[in-house]
Order: sequence, then C-alpha cells, then structure tokens
Amino acid sequence: MLKHLKSKLAEKRLRESVASSRNSFGSKLAAIFSRSAISNQEWEQIEELLLQGDTGPQFAFEIVDQLQNKVDKLGINDATAMLEELRAELISSLEVSQDSSPITELPCVIMVVGVNGSGKTTTLAKLAHSLASNGKVVMLAAGDTFRAGAIEQIQYWGNQLSVRVIAHQQGSDPGAVAYDAATAAIAHKADFLIVDTAGRLHTNSNLMAELDKVSRVLNRCIEGAPHEVLLVLDGMSGQNGLAQAEKFCNEIGTTGVILTKLDGSAKGGVAFGVVRQLKVPIKFVGTGEGIDDLATFDPIIFVDALLEHSRGQGKQN
Amino acid sequence: MFERLSERLDAAFKQMTGRGKIREDDVDEAMREVRRALLEADVNFKVARDFINSVRERALGRDVIDSVSPSQQVVKIVNDELTNLLGEETVPLESPTDGLRIILMVGLQGSGKTTSSAKLALMLKNRGEKPLLAAADLKRPAAIRQLQTLSEQIGIDIHYESTDSTPEHVARNAVDKARHGAYNSVIIDTAGRIQLDEDLMIEIGRIGKLVSPNEVLFVADAMTGQEAVNVVSSFHEQLPLTGLILTKLDGDARGGAALSIRSVTGLPVKFIAQGEKIEPLEVFHPDRLASRILGMGDVVTLVEQAQEAMDQDVTERLEERMRKATFDLNDFLDQMEQVRKMGPLSQVLGMLPGMGKLAASSDVKDALDGDHMRRVEAIVLSMTPSERSQPAIIDGSRRRRIAQGSGTEPKDVNQLLNQFKQMQKMMKALSSGKMPNIPGMGGQFMGK
Repeated sequence: MLKHLKSKLAEKRLRESVASSRNSFGSKLAAIFSRSAISNQEWEQIEELLLQGDTGPQFAFEIVDQLQNKVDKLGINDATAMLEELRAELISSLEVSQDSSPITELPCVIMVVGVNGSGKTTTLAKLAHSLASNGKVVMLAAGDTFRAGAIEQIQYWGNQLSVRVIAHQQGSDPGAVAYDAATAAIAHKADFLIVDTAGRLHTNSNLMAELDKVSRVLNRCIEGAPHEVLLVLDGMSGQNGLAQAEKFCNEIGTTGVILTKLDGSAKGGVAFGVVRQLKVPIKFVGTGEGIDDLATFDPIIFVDALLEHSRGQGKQN
Repeated sequence: MFERLSERLDAAFKQMTGRGKIREDDVDEAMREVRRALLEADVNFKVARDFINSVRERALGRDVIDSVSPSQQVVKIVNDELTNLLGEETVPLESPTDGLRIILMVGLQGSGKTTSSAKLALMLKNRGEKPLLAAADLKRPAAIRQLQTLSEQIGIDIHYESTDSTPEHVARNAVDKARHGAYNSVIIDTAGRIQLDEDLMIEIGRIGKLVSPNEVLFVADAMTGQEAVNVVSSFHEQLPLTGLILTKLDGDARGGAALSIRSVTGLPVKFIAQGEKIEPLEVFHPDRLASRILGMGDVVTLVEQAQEAMDQDVTERLEERMRKATFDLNDFLDQMEQVRKMGPLSQVLGMLPGMGKLAASSDVKDALDGDHMRRVEAIVLSMTPSERSQPAIIDGSRRRRIAQGSGTEPKDVNQLLNQFKQMQKMMKALSSGKMPNIPGMGGQFMGK
C-alpha cells in the first residue's frame, strides 16, 4: 500500500545494511563470549542480552528455552553456532505475513495514532516528506485539536514541505477536521491524506472511542478509508508498549507499527512481543530528528543491533 | 495482561505449608517470580538482580508467622524493601537563593517536559508563590506556542523569545526578568534531547552553568524501558540532577523505570504527573508505586478513581438509604450508573489485590461487562417508578409486562425480585449490627 514510499526508503535501507554487514555479525559475536563452550553462564548472558533490549521476560525466557532445546537436540556445543541459531530465531519471529491489497481509488488515507509523546507529528512529517518528494500529492489533517501548539506544529511542517494542511481551531471536533480533510483531499485529487491524531493513553476509553469516530468519518467520505492505521510506538518504551499496541489494535485495527527514537541507545525489543502476540507488522523505524530519518523496518538490521548490545557485557558483570 | 505476583507466589509456595521456617529452595522459587514481576514492570535487569539478592538474604530463615501464609510474608518483605528503596515520601523543592528558585526541566523528547513545566508552575501558584515560565525549547516546532497557550490557560507569566534566539539567551533573560519582577521561581522548559547527542548535551551543561539552577528536574516517562538508567546517568554526568518527575502514570505502565533510576543514581522522585489536563503536579507515594511495580493491585488508586467518577451527592444518598434499609430499585439503578462510570467492571475488579486472574477470566468478564448486567438493567428499567420503589406491588400481570418490555421471561423478573429481597434483608441486618449468614452474597445479581 505504501509501495512508493517503500521503494524510496529501500535505497536508504540498502546503504545501512551495507554499512552494518561491514561490521559483520561474526565479529560482534566474538565480543559476547570469551569462551566457545556453552555453560550456564552463556545462557544467562543471552537472557540478559534480550532483557536489556526490552524484549520483556516472557519473550526472553521462552526464546532461551527454545534455544536450549534446539541446542540439545542438534548437539550444538559451540557458542558461535548457538548464537547463529538465536539470531535466526529472532529474525524469523519478527516476520509477519502482510496482505497488500492494492488501493483502487485514491486518495489513500493514513491515520497516525499513539500515546502522548511517542512522536506522531514528527513521524507524520517524515512520511509526508517521503511521499511528497516522490512526486505524490500529499495532504495533512491537523486532527490533534487537543494539545496546545499541536496545530501550529503540523502547520509548520506543512509550510516546510509545501504540503496543504487542513486545520480547525484548538479544541474543535477531530471528526469534523477529518471530514473536511477527506472532502478537500478528494477535491484536490490528493494521492495521500495523512491524518494526525491527539496523543492518548490506551487506557482512556473515551479517547479511544473518539479515534474510532474519526476512523468512521473517514470511511464515510472515502471508500476503504483509513487504508492504513499506523501506531507510533516509542522505541524507548518497555513492556507497556505491548499493552499499548494491544489496545490500539483491538479498538481501531492498527495495520502497522512505526517504532520511533531508535537513534538512541534503546533497542526497541518490545517489537518482538508486538509482532508475535498481535501479528501486526513493524513497518517503519524512526532513526533521528531529521526529516529524512525514517527507514523501512528491516528485521536483520534490527536483530543485529539488539545483539550488538552485548559488547563488553561480560566485563560489566 | 500479566498474572499478579501474589498469585504466582501462592503457586510457588503451595507445597510449603506447615513448615516452620522459610527455606532456601522455597525462597529461590519465590525470588524467580519476584524477578519476573520486576522485569515485566521494566525494572532494569541489573537492578532487579541486585534487589533479588538483597531480599533473598532478608527472607531466608525467617520464622513463618502462623496467621500469615509464607507467600504473603515474602510479598511483605519484598514490598517493604521496594518501598524503602523508592525513598522518602515527600522531598520538597530546594529553597530559593536570594528569593529566587531556578528550576531547569530536562529530559528526552516526548517525556512531557512542557506539560510538566505548566503543572509545576500551577502547583507553585496554588501554594501562593509567583512563578515565571520560560520557553527555552526552540527546537521542536510550536513548542513555544504550546507553553504560551498553557501559561494563558493557568494564568502564569511567561518569558519567550523568537526561535532565532538561543536557549542560553532565553534562560539567562528569563532569570533576569524573574529577579527584577519579584518572582519566587522561574521554570525553564528545555528542548528534548537524547543522551547520545553530544552537542545538545554540551548545550544543556552550558545552560546549567549559566543560570546555576537550584533544581534540575529530569522528566521521566513512566513507560520507559531498560535504557532509563543509562539515559539518566548520562544527563546526571553532564549536569547534576536534583530529582525526577515521573509522568504518564495515569496509564497502566507499572513504572519500574523509577526504581531503576532511583537505585542507580539515588535521585528522589519529587513529583508525579497524570494526564495532559493542566492540574497541579502530585506528591509521590513510594508505597503505592511499590505495589504497582509488583503488580499487586493499586487499591488506593482504585479508591481515588472511584471517588472521582462517583457523584458525591448520589453516593451519600445511597449510603444513607442503605443504612436505613430503604434502598429500593431506583437506588439500585443509580448505583449501577455510578459504578459504570468507573469503567468496565472487570477492569475495576482487576485493580483489587488477588483479583487480577479472576477479572481476566472470560466467565467473570461476561458476567460483569456482558449481557447479564444489561439484562438486569433492562428489567429494572421496564418497571414503573412506583414498582421500583415498592417491588411488592408487582403481581403476575405486571411481571408479564415487565418481562415483555425487557425482552426476558417472567421467571427472570422473579429471580431478580427474590435476589433483591434478600439483599434488602441483608442490609437491614447489617444496619442493625447483625450479620446474617447468607451464602454467596457476593454473587447477588450476577447469576453466578
């Protein structure tokens, strides 16, 4: 559905993967273990490595159990081979089959949702930038009518990117903004309409119901809309990220996750639980504050970054 | 979503009833469960490990108190230790130097600095102080506008400059303005920054040197995962922090990051923030956070939530009527309405200690949130007001009408009326001080 965007981002991904393979996985492994034999100590290190990356205890314990069984069954007694198994296991657990039914009619409507402070508006600007620089006609809807300054923030990006923004006053009904934006998107023959929404904690049932309303309004104006509901998840978040994803998925049917703030030291391990339990794909990752800092999610790069965490691990303990 | 720690411990201790002392292998099993609970709450894995080791020592060899189960006793030890570690109840703000308290707000992007700045200002204003807000986040688009709007909302003065200025300028000018304007505090909101961004970290250090703040408050998102420790430590190295504000505690995050940060840096949690509405910051209660981290239910929060949702007048009237045993079906409707305001009943039940598993089971969920409660309500709604106040007048013909109106059977109406009669009897007995032995009273109207 976001094919245009993906083809452009693929370039970026390629550059990154080249860079990462130079710093190859094998050499990282060497840093994890001082010895090549597998003992309890090695298992503990792997467990801590996973925990440190925010994969959560449930996932970490299960993966270690699985791996232990596999190692026993296959008679692996070499730490490097074991880690290769782990890496493969982690990568495959991030894969989720995606149905990409093509949209027959434009505009394609993308709704951006998430808890407060996860980076919705910035991510939306990055998406708009990618699409617009691919020659697409993009429109933005300032659907966060609650937070002070939110409308100005999206208007700033609209100006910067020369993209039309549909906005009402602060405090107005986000459903009405959605309606106007959808109507305008049709009138201006936009290819993409990206709808911002106010940050809301997933536990607030009234605000979750409001999201549903926005989604219904869009659907009434444009067939099949919203075509994408992207959940913006803070890559720094711990296990609550899973609770967030669960609620957003159940209540408004999230089609994908964007993991933000991965330019920091956090590894975003909550992604494993999200993919595994909710079968929702991670679509993009935010890798910085720049307008270009959005990349297609690549499980290989992601897992290698998680395992890289392990450097010097043994010394600290 | 997670099983409650106390239930897991119960399971772990199942085999050890009747022994005199807490033994080593029992403790090992229990500590595994405690560790898991801490990790699920996002306590840093190293902090969790150290914590477990110290609690294990304290638990070993303890005499098992007769009236208490071993698991309860371990939970108590764990809870006490955790509360202890989380620090003192209220750590006040540093006092002003020469009449002015300079507060610098720092943190990662999206942690809630701007909102917390406004909340802090409002809290100080409510205490009779005169705070000044300063908009030194020139980076995020419209951050100045956000603080302006908030300051207007709560009636607090603000110092801001154009985005062409520098954060250092804004900070220094704000402090000057505060000194000359007879303000007691100046709260400087800064841009969110990641600890790996060297330039921005040097910048925050510079701002610190420039204004010599009395307080440097790190604003921490309660949802933060394992990296919380590294992030705060890096900030602390660059610019000595004086305390934390823990935000977004109105969600269901367990807030383990606070424990990690506290135990690694020793910084006190000074305030907590809940919700994006601008209300004053709240005082931090270590015991509540300890229970929350352990996933043992948050009874106090439940009570507060209930108080907030319930209409005080209606509640008082209901209590009065229950006491006098004049509680009728009209009151019952009111009560159902009140309880519903707190959210799905299964969620409310889930907040009670030991009820997590029960609330999550689909049977109970159905009974509480599903059709049964709706059916009961439909029956009562199909009665006339006089039938509700005097259920005795309901005869066969009225019963048929009510059943028809509510889409139920006359026997359902009967069942409800019988249960209600029992409940009234019970209230009468309660108000006269005698407790009748009615089995399954908790299941009234639940059909269970």
